[in-house]
Amino acid sequence: MKGRGLRAYALIYLLFLYAPILLLPVFAFNSGTIIAFPLKGFTTEWFSQMWGNASLRRALTNSLTIAVSASILATCLGIFAARASTRFAFPGKGPIMGLIMLPLVLPEIIVSISLLVVLLSLGVQLSILTVILGHTLICMPYATVILSTAFNSLDRSLEEAAYDLGETRWSAFRLVILPLVMPGIISSLLMSFTISLDEFIIAFFLAGNEPTLPTYIFSQLRFPKQIPMIMALGTVLVLMSILLLTVAEYFRRRGIAKTGTKDTGGFL
Amino acid sequence: MASGNRSQAAQGLTLIAPPLGYAVLVLAAPLLTILAYSFFKDGYLTVIREFTLENYRTVWADPIFHRIMLRSLVVAGLVTLATVVLAFPVAYFLSFAVAPQKKAMWLFLITIPFWTSYLIRVFLWKVILGYNGVINSGLKTLGIIEQPLTFILYNVNSMVITLAHAYAPFAILPIFIALEKIDRSLLEAGRDLGESRAMTFWRVTLPLAMPGVVAAALIVFIPTIGDYVTPALIGGGKIPMIANMIQAQMLDLDNRPMGSALAVTAMLIVAVISVAFIVLNRRFLKVRQ
Repeated sequence: MKGRGLRAYALIYLLFLYAPILLLPVFAFNSGTIIAFPLKGFTTEWFSQMWGNASLRRALTNSLTIAVSASILATCLGIFAARASTRFAFPGKGPIMGLIMLPLVLPEIIVSISLLVVLLSLGVQLSILTVILGHTLICMPYATVILSTAFNSLDRSLEEAAYDLGETRWSAFRLVILPLVMPGIISSLLMSFTISLDEFIIAFFLAGNEPTLPTYIFSQLRFPKQIPMIMALGTVLVLMSILLLTVAEYFRRRGIAKTGTKDTGGFL
Repeated sequence: MASGNRSQAAQGLTLIAPPLGYAVLVLAAPLLTILAYSFFKDGYLTVIREFTLENYRTVWADPIFHRIMLRSLVVAGLVTLATVVLAFPVAYFLSFAVAPQKKAMWLFLITIPFWTSYLIRVFLWKVILGYNGVINSGLKTLGIIEQPLTFILYNVNSMVITLAHAYAPFAILPIFIALEKIDRSLLEAGRDLGESRAMTFWRVTLPLAMPGVVAAALIVFIPTIGDYVTPALIGGGKIPMIANMIQAQMLDLDNRPMGSALAVTAMLIVAVISVAFIVLNRRFLKVRQ
């Protein structure tokens, strides 16, 4: 009874959040070439056009390479940062963690332009490697947040028990801590992967002539003829991201259940 | 104990070294380079390493910079206002009306759209709001309007709507977290002492939620002011914001010192506004402790 009005409002708000995404499949299966109502008829032509597109395939390969590399690198760095910040007190901790978390609030244009200027003046050739560099940087804070939750919920006595039983620091980490934070690691990998796959600004500035999925989409949005295919591509991408995020959320929750702490909410 | 602390510190520093080193190399060093460049002279195709304040003088005197910076501030301000005001009731609902075991589910549902194809979402708003867009063609088919509504076409309004949609989840989460921290017995105390529900909200809940509101405002305001995609797609490049201007200076005109000075000036303005905003709200932020 209490909060019925609020519930209605929240549902309308959700609808507002999902409105553009819900329109995607509508236009992806619409046979009209103009993205407007009224709809024409049903077609799967745009999807088959998508499969036959060579430059799209190239963009996809690039994006996958970047996303896999960046998510692994960001998660590895995130493990260090999360372990250090949850387990140890050290001088300068606040400013250091602040710097690592800075990309969360810094506009991406600043990150990418400054990195671009440095790379160009060093004479570095722009390629997917430079995009990986940038994506690792912006994924690192998210990885650190997710992994900190995982490390935070660890019971320190488990680690001490391992030392008492004769394990070295490294083997205790590998045999006791790592398996317990594994769900967090998987969640961090998937989250970083999703962020990298969807990231546009850094890829736009740092990729040189190599297309990634978002920069390819951006370049095609100028051509009205290509729009229906982009809608089909968008539908596939949204479905994929939702799948990835759902799996990430599943692992995050399993990690919390495993260590028996209280669920404190979402990713951020 | 002292040696224990020292080894703690040493271990912590060793562990933090890789991510810190990465952030220094890929983030701090480039930012400092930009700062240094902003004081250099622009030679044709090169940068002359000679100290000058000329770039800043030009930036401050440039009427185009004034207009674009002002527009960016207005757009970001409106977006912040819209997202925070619209998000507050949702965060309140999540914190007070949703059963604890369902909260994670709701948060998940709210964050999903945020992570999915930013570019296509922005473009879809153009489709929704455009001349032959979903809203206009829909209303025309229904016979409600004869001419397309023009106030939502490729202008500042449509940029505000698009950005407010893009950053909505960012506003909900900090407010939700602040509301979750409120000790529920304080609210009961307010009611027991004879306050009405509305007054309890106004005098207890809202002040205690303010840290979340301030965080939400900043977390929306700072990235929106630097948004590049929305002006490029929705504004059709005709109503640039500061990010588009920086990009044009840096790459199209290849004037790196000037582009750097623009970026530094914009960051300074944003920093000053953010600090002023925090100072204005310090009374609420102190209550927290």
